Amino acid sequence: MKARFLIPLGIFLVVVVFLAIGLTKDPRDVPSVLINEKAPEFVLPDLLDPEKQVRSADMRGRVWLLNVWGTWCPECWREHDFLKYLAKSEGVAIIGIDWRDERGEALAFLRNKGNPFLAVGFDPDSQAIMDWGVYGAPETFLIDKKGFIRWKHTGAITSQLWREELKALMQRLEAES
Amino acid sequence: MIPEIGHLALILALAMALAQGLFPLIGAHRGIPSWVAMAKPAAQAHLLFMLVAYGCLTYAFLVHDFSVAYVAHNSNTQLPTLYLISGVWGAHEGSLLFWALTLALWTGAVTFFSRSVPQVMVARVVGVMGLVSVGFLLFMLLTSNPFDRLFNPPAEGRDLNPLLQDPGLAIHPPMLYMGYVGFSVAFAFAIAAMLGGRLDAAWARWSRPWTSVAWVFLTLGIVLGSWWAYYELGWGGWWFWDPVENASFMPWIVGTALMHSLAVTEKRGAFKAWTVLLAIFAFSLSLLGTFLVRSGVLTSVHAFATDPARGVFILLFLGVVVGGSLLLYSWRAAQIKSSVKFQLVSRETGLLLNNVILVVTACSVLLGTLYPLMIDALGGGKISVGPPYFNSVFIPLTVPLALLVGVGALLRWKSDDAAALAVRLLPHLLISVVAGFGLPLIFAPSFSWGAVLGVFLATWVLFTTLQWLRERAGAGRGLWQALRSTPRGGWGMVFGHLGIAVFVLGVALTSIYSTEKDLRLEPGENYSLGGYDFLFEGVDVTQGPNFTANRGRVVISRDGAHVATLHPEKRVYAVQRMPMTEAGIDAGLFRDLFVALGEPLGEEGAWAVRIYHKPFVRWIWLGGLFMSLGGLLAASDRRYFKLARKARLTADQAAAGATA
Amino acid sequence: MKARHKRFGFIAAGLVGLGLAAWLVLNALDNNLSYFFSPTEVVENKAPADHVFRLGGLVEGGSLQRGQELTIRFVVSDGANRVNVAYTGILPDLFAEGQGVIAQGRMGEDGVFIADEVLAKHDENYMPPEVAEALDKAHNQATEATN
Repeated sequence: MKARFLIPLGIFLVVVVFLAIGLTKDPRDVPSVLINEKAPEFVLPDLLDPEKQVRSADMRGRVWLLNVWGTWCPECWREHDFLKYLAKSEGVAIIGIDWRDERGEALAFLRNKGNPFLAVGFDPDSQAIMDWGVYGAPETFLIDKKGFIRWKHTGAITSQLWREELKALMQRLEAES
Repeated sequence: MIPEIGHLALILALAMALAQGLFPLIGAHRGIPSWVAMAKPAAQAHLLFMLVAYGCLTYAFLVHDFSVAYVAHNSNTQLPTLYLISGVWGAHEGSLLFWALTLALWTGAVTFFSRSVPQVMVARVVGVMGLVSVGFLLFMLLTSNPFDRLFNPPAEGRDLNPLLQDPGLAIHPPMLYMGYVGFSVAFAFAIAAMLGGRLDAAWARWSRPWTSVAWVFLTLGIVLGSWWAYYELGWGGWWFWDPVENASFMPWIVGTALMHSLAVTEKRGAFKAWTVLLAIFAFSLSLLGTFLVRSGVLTSVHAFATDPARGVFILLFLGVVVGGSLLLYSWRAAQIKSSVKFQLVSRETGLLLNNVILVVTACSVLLGTLYPLMIDALGGGKISVGPPYFNSVFIPLTVPLALLVGVGALLRWKSDDAAALAVRLLPHLLISVVAGFGLPLIFAPSFSWGAVLGVFLATWVLFTTLQWLRERAGAGRGLWQALRSTPRGGWGMVFGHLGIAVFVLGVALTSIYSTEKDLRLEPGENYSLGGYDFLFEGVDVTQGPNFTANRGRVVISRDGAHVATLHPEKRVYAVQRMPMTEAGIDAGLFRDLFVALGEPLGEEGAWAVRIYHKPFVRWIWLGGLFMSLGGLLAASDRRYFKLARKARLTADQAAAGATA
Repeated sequence: MKARHKRFGFIAAGLVGLGLAAWLVLNALDNNLSYFFSPTEVVENKAPADHVFRLGGLVEGGSLQRGQELTIRFVVSDGANRVNVAYTGILPDLFAEGQGVIAQGRMGEDGVFIADEVLAKHDENYMPPEVAEALDKAHNQATEATN
């Protein structure tokens, strides 16, 4: 007779298990078909100097991050300081793509907040971005030495993400030849 | 400086909440009077610090202190003052602060208004609420501090989400939170009763008015939310079965069941274990709602900040609070012996049915809300459960509820005579059937079984509820005298149930007879819908305080007579650069006319325009308002105050006796 | 014995009611689920041909065709594959080229996805770039709106 009073607890525990599994899955994480595929090539005018160009091909042989951002994107502001930390203290090579932005605003943004990028491609008309299947910003891709996309993250890069996921993965990729 | 004071106040509030949670509970358990006596001062100090913290954040909004990250992210110097104040609870951190403040307010209210309740009981209730507060304050301080500073404060803030810049939505969350959190009082009473080992009718009597007040807030919150979605989202819908909406609706359903079940427990001493379980569930669903909204496990149009760390924390918290309560329940409920007997035809059975139907409904909503999550967790891919699921489950479940609602109130406690009842109800049945077929046939543009059912049910609820008032007039009393002698609680029941009649009528007629049309209209072009002529006069540009808008002009007439001129807008907010549709609505008791602008089409000034004719849509919210009024009347019944006064007198006498 | 009979009656009625409710719920779930498919899965014929489903992806830049009439055509892409979509009606506020979208509907015979509902979702942390359009709009207010 007593067992029936445990039923609500049992049901609740089942719900909690599902919620816990649900937490590990990101509903925004639309499965990307690009993981472990060859990264699309791009050639974009340099944000800082329109005469120059930023090419993905120049990064061949290195492990690098491609970060898609824009001054209109609030979460990119929040992410910016950590990107600076990654570039300065962890020595991560980050190429930025400034997407759908105004050159003046983007330059002012980098002047005020600092520039974590090796180079920034300027893509106001989504020329390059389309090939990468980017849904919004910020979005970050990890590309290995052979030019394959190995990892992708939608949303801001956080120190937790770096500690728990990205750092180890980058070290592994650096070890690959 | 001010934000630091706010931060400090939060920390002090946490310390107070800890004291409020630990000392009274341990004191009550061990029988240490001085520890028990700490409950009230600790709770009141906790409330004071929460008010200070909340005041500091509001101040930071008012003076545009963009060095506070939360302020910079959610306001702007051009933002009107009203939205500076409502911006405080507009996003994640601030809404948590508001949640915690609300909890402190309810706790404070318990310490002020529970003089009729034994001190040990109050101490336990306050203690349980203190522990819940500790969880929320820790969550805030560890993962979502609203007072976090920015190192490089921007000169201008990022502005409040334009969707939230609306008077309806400014007061929707506070109402909802007052309701959500208000269920914590019933929850705390139930837990306290279990801790004390006294699961009798007393705790039910004490928690009844609190539950009713919380329920009123929740009802108003849901009504406001539905009304806001109707005119702000530009879709003309009033309920979307979105996970976040469901998160507020499930506690409401269970809370409704709880109010009725508490009545049985108080009056008859029956359903004791069940009522405790409902009290736990109502608050658990409030917490679950918070989890669903805050953790981002479900995608929703409302999607708030999502951060796995926050999700883990809330899930842990949920596990401790609900798991712990249910464990306590499984231990204590097994000790309850119920010896109350009642017949098959009795008010107890009626209320039992009410409870069963409501709980099954809540479960089906819960299942539909969590189903995508479960399938995803089991590796079944991403799915969504659409509104048709909820409609096709919800409607069949609520029909028996509407059939029973008036009848249940007519039944006597313990046992009643089914045959005599049938005789009393027969005329009402006939009237309802005639009205159900007659009214739609005469007035409606087309025949529909749904409308027949809707009108029948509404009439049936109306007449069976009025029958209750009429029967009070029997037994030698005149009608007027009977009405005057009806206690507030009785009137509360009447208005609550009439609210159902109004609501059912509104839902049925709106969903069946609404007409809508997406159109391409050129300036000067005319379209006729639901007997009204809509003349599109074109679109021009206007400037608002922090947005620019394309403002349309639509002149509506009926049989040549001018009815209204509507100005639907398509706004673009300057800072967030977000487009927003602001519908033009001509509201009326019997119909709404609704125009929303889509996009410009072609070069000649033509626009895509959406037009609605929605009969009786206001009745949906009117029904909700009736229900709230009912709840308010029930909560203010003199009985509770009389009890309180009597208890105070005895307490005073006892005190006098002790000192003499 | 009478009390026991009554109790049995209560339980039986309860079970029948619960059974009905369960049937109702399962039936409704069965009929009203819609599965989510990406353009790649659609191209690989994994999506149902005769059932409503949700197509999610990115509205390809430059693919939006808005004629004189209300029917709108655009392409949903996931970077690897593309699906043509047609929708008649008014698009949600946050719909824009180059932005995430979910369309609910079914495949037409000519390989065009006929949407009866288009959802563009708002998420404060991960803001879709409706900016450019809005910017254009804000700049061109006085002359003519460009989209």
